[in-house]
Amino acid sequence: MIDPVHLDLEILSELKEVMGEEFTFLIEVFKTDSIVRISAIKEALASKDPDAVRRAAHSFKGSASNMGAIRLTNLCRKLEEIGGSGNINEAEVIAEEIVDAYSHVEKALG
Amino acid sequence: MGKVLNYFPSPAKILIVDSNSSERCLLKRFFLEHSYIVVDAASGRDALTSFKKHRPDIVLLDLLMSDISGFDVAVRIKALAGDDFIPIVFLTSLQDERSLVRCVEVGDDFLAKPYSQIVLQAKINSLINMRNMQLTLINQRDEITNYNHDLLQQQDVAKRVFDRIAHAGVLGADNIKYHLSPLSIFNGDVMLAGVSPTGNLVVFLGDFTGHGLHAAIGSMPLAQTFYTMLKKGFSLREIVREINITLCEILPVDLFCCAFIAEINFNNCHLRVWNAGLPDCVIYRSSTREVVKLASNHIPMGINETLNFDATVRVYEIEPGDRLYVWSDGIHEAQNSRGDMFGEDRLMDVFACNSRVENLFEEINTAVDHFIGDSAAEDDVSLLEITMIKADLFKLDKRAALNSDGLGLKDWRMRLELRPETLKSFDPLPLLLHILMNVPHLQPYGGQVYTVISELYSNSLEHGVLGLDSAVKLSSVGFTEYYQHREASLAKLSKGYVIIDLDYSGNEEGGDLKIIIEDSGVGFDYQQMLCEDAFKNQFSGRGIHLIRSLSQSLHYAGSGNKAYATFVWSD
Repeated sequence: MIDPVHLDLEILSELKEVMGEEFTFLIEVFKTDSIVRISAIKEALASKDPDAVRRAAHSFKGSASNMGAIRLTNLCRKLEEIGGSGNINEAEVIAEEIVDAYSHVEKALG
Repeated sequence: MGKVLNYFPSPAKILIVDSNSSERCLLKRFFLEHSYIVVDAASGRDALTSFKKHRPDIVLLDLLMSDISGFDVAVRIKALAGDDFIPIVFLTSLQDERSLVRCVEVGDDFLAKPYSQIVLQAKINSLINMRNMQLTLINQRDEITNYNHDLLQQQDVAKRVFDRIAHAGVLGADNIKYHLSPLSIFNGDVMLAGVSPTGNLVVFLGDFTGHGLHAAIGSMPLAQTFYTMLKKGFSLREIVREINITLCEILPVDLFCCAFIAEINFNNCHLRVWNAGLPDCVIYRSSTREVVKLASNHIPMGINETLNFDATVRVYEIEPGDRLYVWSDGIHEAQNSRGDMFGEDRLMDVFACNSRVENLFEEINTAVDHFIGDSAAEDDVSLLEITMIKADLFKLDKRAALNSDGLGLKDWRMRLELRPETLKSFDPLPLLLHILMNVPHLQPYGGQVYTVISELYSNSLEHGVLGLDSAVKLSSVGFTEYYQHREASLAKLSKGYVIIDLDYSGNEEGGDLKIIIEDSGVGFDYQQMLCEDAFKNQFSGRGIHLIRSLSQSLHYAGSGNKAYATFVWSD
């Protein structure tokens, strides 16, 4: 049973309907893209660049929201705001939570 | 002007720009499903390249991209699109109002993530409809522009053809002033002036119903008929009649021509006019400042083709210095900004206020210009002024005269014998005149030659063949009686003849025409011509004084039934 906090099944079934046979392909694209987004967030944190953090988080937020990954979307928004504020002291913690949330989404998507 | 576009390009082409591949994948799938042609790009730079290459109908644009911001990409795409309306929809998960307002300012709409299928489809459809509407507008604008361009070009061609056929004639003569809109032909106005072989000035002002090309249709055959008939020496009545027949044949029923035609004989100071539907034209007497109105008393041309079409002209005595003013209703109907018309009263006021007649033409123009002020949408005023001058002052530029190409009858002789059946019913003068007008360079003297031959011929016919007494003509009652007598005698004529013998030789510097006219009559005592007093009293009716003044020599032979006149011209 998937926790709806991780993945909104209603959105997911809508996606299935739109994508048809290409749904599996979309999931693959999402997974590949997510790995790129997570490493972009990590890189931005390592270089201590708040704007890079904001943009990486913003981009991940968009795809996460369309996939119906509610917790992941909220965490990305939080990190985007932190990046936007210029003070990224708490960013590290949020980034770890994002990695955790994504692992749940990945598992749920199968 | 942009490329020609289909009104409803189908299917529409959409460019999806998003740095996030799963986003692109999702949108791509969605639009393919809805029968769009989809192209995509992952960065701002790719987006611009792809835009130039594919020229999409609509662009979905991610706001945050790593290379160029979505707003900047949008500005550049709008610049590339130019006149063409290509909607740009921003894809954003931003929520602050300022960013969203900016999306609508720079682009045309925004879509918030996560996407709702229904909103997505509704927004894109409505933007595509807007674009199609814009395409239709641009297309129609271009069509109108092209159509207008074609129309102006056609008018230009038509005008050039018209100008060749209906050349200005002798409107450039010193005693003529005229004002005519450069596009008057498309206002339906025609102004023509020519000189008859007898040296009379004939002017024509016509005003066709309507405006534009259809009003110009009749102008060309009209001008052609006018000049051809005039050149061949036909009378004013015959010219009017022929133009009417021509117009009746070619004009549609709802199109006709109001016209004014005048013939000015500078030799005998007669003005013959025919007004059919134009406003009252005017003779302005310079000595008395009297305004004589020449009202319309005929139906316009191109309506009645039947034989009872009335081509009767009115004759007015004129003096040198008198002026004839002819206008179409454009001058009466000239409007000011309040929509008032210039009208007859204001026009007559200009005459009443005039102090120097030589300024009158300009005063009329100034009064009209002043009245309409800045409201003059289009110059629609046709105005013609002719000053009566002494016959010898009415000189024309030879180039303006017809038939001056130097070809024709240069050295010849002809003999024409007219017998009773011809004398009864046929006037040989137009025929002779037509022959003489084919003599190179003689045309400017046509009036004088015509006068000489016509006087000699009527002497031979009336006094010689018919035996009428010229003394009868001296009183005005006698004049009428004389012509009644002439008609009666002609009707029962059964014997007699008039022989006209013309002998011409000339070149471009000068020429000499010998005219011998012989008749079957008893002749007259021409020896008495030597005695001036007797000559004046007894023979004035024969016009001998006039013939003498115009020809080089005049003498008689035999019993006086054979007249020899010589007409010499030289440059």
